Amino acid sequence: MKNVIEQLINGLSTGSIYALIALGYTMVYGIARMINFAHGDIIMVGAYALYVGVSLMNLPIAAAILLSIIVCAVLGITVEKVAYKPLRKAPPLAVLITAIGVSFLLQNLALLIFKATPIPFQSVIQVPSVSIGGITISGVTIVTLVMTLISMVILTLFINQTRAGSAMRAVSEDKGAAELMGINVNRTISQTFAIGSVLAAIAGILYICQYQSLRPTLGALPGIKAFVAAVLGGIGNVPGAMLGGIVLGLIESIAKAYISTELSDAIVFGVLVVVLLVRPSGLLGKLKNEKV
Amino acid sequence: MAMLKVTDLKVSYGVIQAIKGISFEVNKGEIVALIGANGAGKTTTLHTVTGLLSAQSGKIEYEGHDITRMPGHKIVALGMAHVPEGRRVFAELTVLENLKMGAYTRKDKTEIEDTLSKVYKRFPRLEERKNQLAGTLSGGEQQMLAMGRALMSKPELILMDEPSMGLSPIYVNEIFDIIQEINHSGTTVLLVEQNAKKALAIADRAYVLETGNIALEGKAEELLANDSVKKAYLGE
Ligand SMILES: Nc1ncnc2c1ncn2[C@@H]1O[C@H](COP(=O)(O)OP(=O)(O)OP(=O)(O)O)[C@@H](O)[C@H]1O
Ligand SMILES: [Mg+2]
Repeated sequence: MKNVIEQLINGLSTGSIYALIALGYTMVYGIARMINFAHGDIIMVGAYALYVGVSLMNLPIAAAILLSIIVCAVLGITVEKVAYKPLRKAPPLAVLITAIGVSFLLQNLALLIFKATPIPFQSVIQVPSVSIGGITISGVTIVTLVMTLISMVILTLFINQTRAGSAMRAVSEDKGAAELMGINVNRTISQTFAIGSVLAAIAGILYICQYQSLRPTLGALPGIKAFVAAVLGGIGNVPGAMLGGIVLGLIESIAKAYISTELSDAIVFGVLVVVLLVRPSGLLGKLKNEKV
Repeated sequence: MAMLKVTDLKVSYGVIQAIKGISFEVNKGEIVALIGANGAGKTTTLHTVTGLLSAQSGKIEYEGHDITRMPGHKIVALGMAHVPEGRRVFAELTVLENLKMGAYTRKDKTEIEDTLSKVYKRFPRLEERKNQLAGTLSGGEQQMLAMGRALMSKPELILMDEPSMGLSPIYVNEIFDIIQEINHSGTTVLLVEQNAKKALAIADRAYVLETGNIALEGKAEELLANDSVKKAYLGE
């Protein structure tokens, strides 16, 4: 029993990171109708930025975290402006291939600058672990859960309660009509990329504090898992991405502990397939009911 | 001086030229109708005026500003609102959120509240349903929401694209009454309609668009009496 609870907490923690990343995929999809395959690499950039801040520039932790967040936000906006915006009216396949290209570009730039050898990295989270009833929860896990919860609450309030959040929802529904309201659609899309990238930076920081090793490809696996989470929850749906991430983390953790470590990824994808067979638009995604 | 002045406007979709050099104007206080068959280019014209499409050539002036190349989101702030074809309300937003989107460019909270209460007075149904998602409204209610949303920007000029489309006869009459009321309270109206009879009945002047060209123009009552208009658009 104790073991099950520990596995569930582990799953919750990994799932939180997937959820934070999945939010970026889903928000960008919602507003730009594209899968930003470079999103996983933003996590990697966030992790390296933190490393540069902490280990090379000797910044205080808070400043290094801020640096990482700012670098990712600026990168997200720049990638959108330079690579995706010119393709706004291009066929989806062209956009997809461009996104994959951006992903390779970022990975190879990291390879060029930081080389392929993994760089060990000491977690910046100095929170002691907690024991409740014989169950030990590590400090990193606690911080991960708390940070994710805070990020999600802020994001939800922003989307639902603010003028900019409503504008974002309006743009994701109908760009033309939003433009007629006086909403600057291009700026709203930029903002969405920035928010997604900030969440990716937070995810990257939490991820690197768990895994404590930096590689240029470190964003690829959590990136693809989070993409699966976004699809599982219903791509374009914000609560869906949160739910999808958590569910994915839990399944993965349980599968690893009780079935097989090797098969855990297969099981995760198997669940995705089954869910999509039953609910093609994901757990919380709406089935398109086209109104005439 | 005309409030809206369009000169020799040409618009194309790739190789297809939808608007082939039209000129028209709307004066302050008028209701001007733009009528024409399906595919004549009415929607294209309105979209170009409000910046959703860009003109190939020609000039669009509004209150003395050249807005030909102005991005759409800046035009609203000049006092021009557009009720688009097919209503295009934000289905996933509530009625109230939709109305607030209409006031997006306005800053003063108390003035916005004031306009909101006026819109609710004109469309009591919207107030009853303010917390309902717009996608769950009936077609007629959505049309009222689209109009209310446009009025939330406090426009001097309002462009309406087929507001009566797909509505039952009771709603159609109501919508035309409301257009007249909006005009009487000081807003200039450029009205695109398939229902030429009703549009000409409330309009001061009208233009007849035929495959990208203006075929006829004049006082609304003259066009109502015109034989070719009667035959082609009034079904007489
Ligand atoms: N996105 C588009 N791409 C290519 N051609 C288009 C596009 N939109 C409209 N057209 C063409 O431009 C012409 C004018 O269309 P428009 O929608 O302006 O007509 P309309 O007068 O509003 O018609 P309706 O009464 O059916 O709404 C039509 O021939 C139409 O096929
Ligand atoms: Mg039309």
